[in-house]
Amino acid sequence: MAKSLGPVKRKFSPWTDPAATPFIRFENITKRYGDFVAVDNLTLDIYEREFFSLLGPSGCGKTTLMRMLAGFEEPTEGRILLQGKDLSGTPPYKRPTNMMFQSYALFPHMTVEKNIAFGLEQDGLPKADIQARVEEMLRLVKLENFAKRKPAQLSGGQRQRVALARSLAKRPKVLLLDEPLGALDRKLREETQFELMDIQHTLGLTFLIVTHDQEEAMTVSDRIAVMDKGIVVQVATPAEIYEAPNSRYVAEFIGDINILECALVENAGECVHPGHPPVVHLESDGLKIAVEQECAAVVGDRVAFAIRPEKVRISLDQPPETGSNLAHGEVWDIGYLGDFSVFLVRLEDGRTIRAAQANVSRLVDRPITFGDMVWLSWPLDGGLVLTR
Amino acid sequence: MKASRFDSTVLTLCFAFLYIPILILIIYSFNASKLVTVWGGFSLEWYRVMWSNEGLMDAAWVTARVGVLSATIGTVLGTLAALALTRYPRFPGRMAFTGMIYAPLVMPEVITGLSLLLLFVAMNVERGFWTVTIAHTTFTMCYVAIIVQSRLVTFDRSLEEAALDLGCPPVKTFFKITLPLILPAIISGWMLAFTLSLDDLVIASFTTGPGATTLPIKIYSQVRLGVTPEINAICTILIGLVTIGVIFTSISTKRAETRRILDEHQAVRAAG
Repeated sequence: MAKSLGPVKRKFSPWTDPAATPFIRFENITKRYGDFVAVDNLTLDIYEREFFSLLGPSGCGKTTLMRMLAGFEEPTEGRILLQGKDLSGTPPYKRPTNMMFQSYALFPHMTVEKNIAFGLEQDGLPKADIQARVEEMLRLVKLENFAKRKPAQLSGGQRQRVALARSLAKRPKVLLLDEPLGALDRKLREETQFELMDIQHTLGLTFLIVTHDQEEAMTVSDRIAVMDKGIVVQVATPAEIYEAPNSRYVAEFIGDINILECALVENAGECVHPGHPPVVHLESDGLKIAVEQECAAVVGDRVAFAIRPEKVRISLDQPPETGSNLAHGEVWDIGYLGDFSVFLVRLEDGRTIRAAQANVSRLVDRPITFGDMVWLSWPLDGGLVLTR
Repeated sequence: MKASRFDSTVLTLCFAFLYIPILILIIYSFNASKLVTVWGGFSLEWYRVMWSNEGLMDAAWVTARVGVLSATIGTVLGTLAALALTRYPRFPGRMAFTGMIYAPLVMPEVITGLSLLLLFVAMNVERGFWTVTIAHTTFTMCYVAIIVQSRLVTFDRSLEEAALDLGCPPVKTFFKITLPLILPAIISGWMLAFTLSLDDLVIASFTTGPGATTLPIKIYSQVRLGVTPEINAICTILIGLVTIGVIFTSISTKRAETRRILDEHQAVRAAG
């Protein structure tokens, strides 16, 4: 019999349902420190059982936003609603949220067991109940044999699990995770990401994670809010963020992307493929580019054409097919990443475009090498026009 | 690495310089002769004399009480001051306050003593046990504040935030999380305060009154009439107490260090 992999991940998208009420609502939140505006009139809805990420570089206000939800900071303006209830003035020890700290913040003078029990003891639960819950949590994070250890006697990965168990022990309505995997090495981080998703799914809790690691956000989240300088630039699912960023900032922050400055030469609105959006024609220093996209920009506007390297095909011979965009250039540099090779191709005018190719065969010598003249091609729906 | 002849000579000289006077004092406390500088054979006579010297024993008792009381009050106040100075980082004049905490450390004791004397006189307080205790509290407090503050600077505030986040109110958080973690610093602050109070002569002589003669004052006034071997005896006992204290603290530090290393090994094994 095939081993069960557990329930299939549900199709989950309450944000598309206009009747759904948000679980957490940040309403016109502004936070100032003196003259510095950390969060600028931000409004954001998070739904129940959602795994939501706040993603951005350091100083973008994501941690401040989380700390305001936990109650460590009060917003200068605006309010935070949890299940419709205004949280203003509620101290952190009375909020139904729990946080997993970046430094883990384990109490060094208490054993693993005592650390996990700490929150439950504050609620005055009977001893037997606390013991049962602690054991359940230890099982959940697979640390049954470490109950009597002190935090100093654990490895980084184990400490991270204790921190997770402690913050989950009280079954908070919202679990806040501040850069939870930052201190782990890559392999452990990947494993833990999947475990986090599993735990979130099993317990059915709402998770809010703060991270600057785009891969982490992409892996675990239902939706991501990309932040910059105190504002949310885009809120969308990982796939939307990657495939349809709404601005250069998001496009460049998430993954690798080629950006070409262009002028819009035609936005006639004729359809090439039935059922596809109309075609926008761009020109970039003699290079003509056609993109299938709904676009509000008009003829003459300066826009940016953005395309991910893996959507650019590279070949030595001119591709025969029409209906796709073409560019010609010289291979300037090659980055061999194992699974992918990235070719840096220099166009005649000196600009470079990166093209990534999956290494599907076990060849050590690749047919395309430094100095080769190559053709780059990409379909009409491969890239996109960015107006901001 | 082999020690060079120069290094070992310098080391020997330094230790000789530091310890020969103390050694002489200890040796002569066991002298049978009444003359301080003439060796007359081994004897514990002076320890017996010292024990039956009521004036000296009273002074020792006063010193012990002043020391324990002032160190305890000074530790409480100093800890609170350290908390205030580290916890409210942006109040106006913070720098000035932090600097002012250090002032009594560099202030000549004569000035501290004199100013306290003037204060007590102005307030018309009768000088005695309590005035010495208050005086000692004021200057030991600063030392405690500095020791505790240096621990608090490296204290991870997220530990307190974690406790709050888990539903523990602020006061309880202080007693369950903060206090246990800064306790070693508070204890060493107390020990230092007690030692400082024990050997203070200048400030005590300004602020004391009849019936509250501390041991240093007593020794000093007796020495002016000539050094008697019983002074050597009581000094030897003081040195003994201090030595025990130092050995005790260094052993416990060493133990903590060993435990930390063991913990790390265990963590590495657990990870592997």
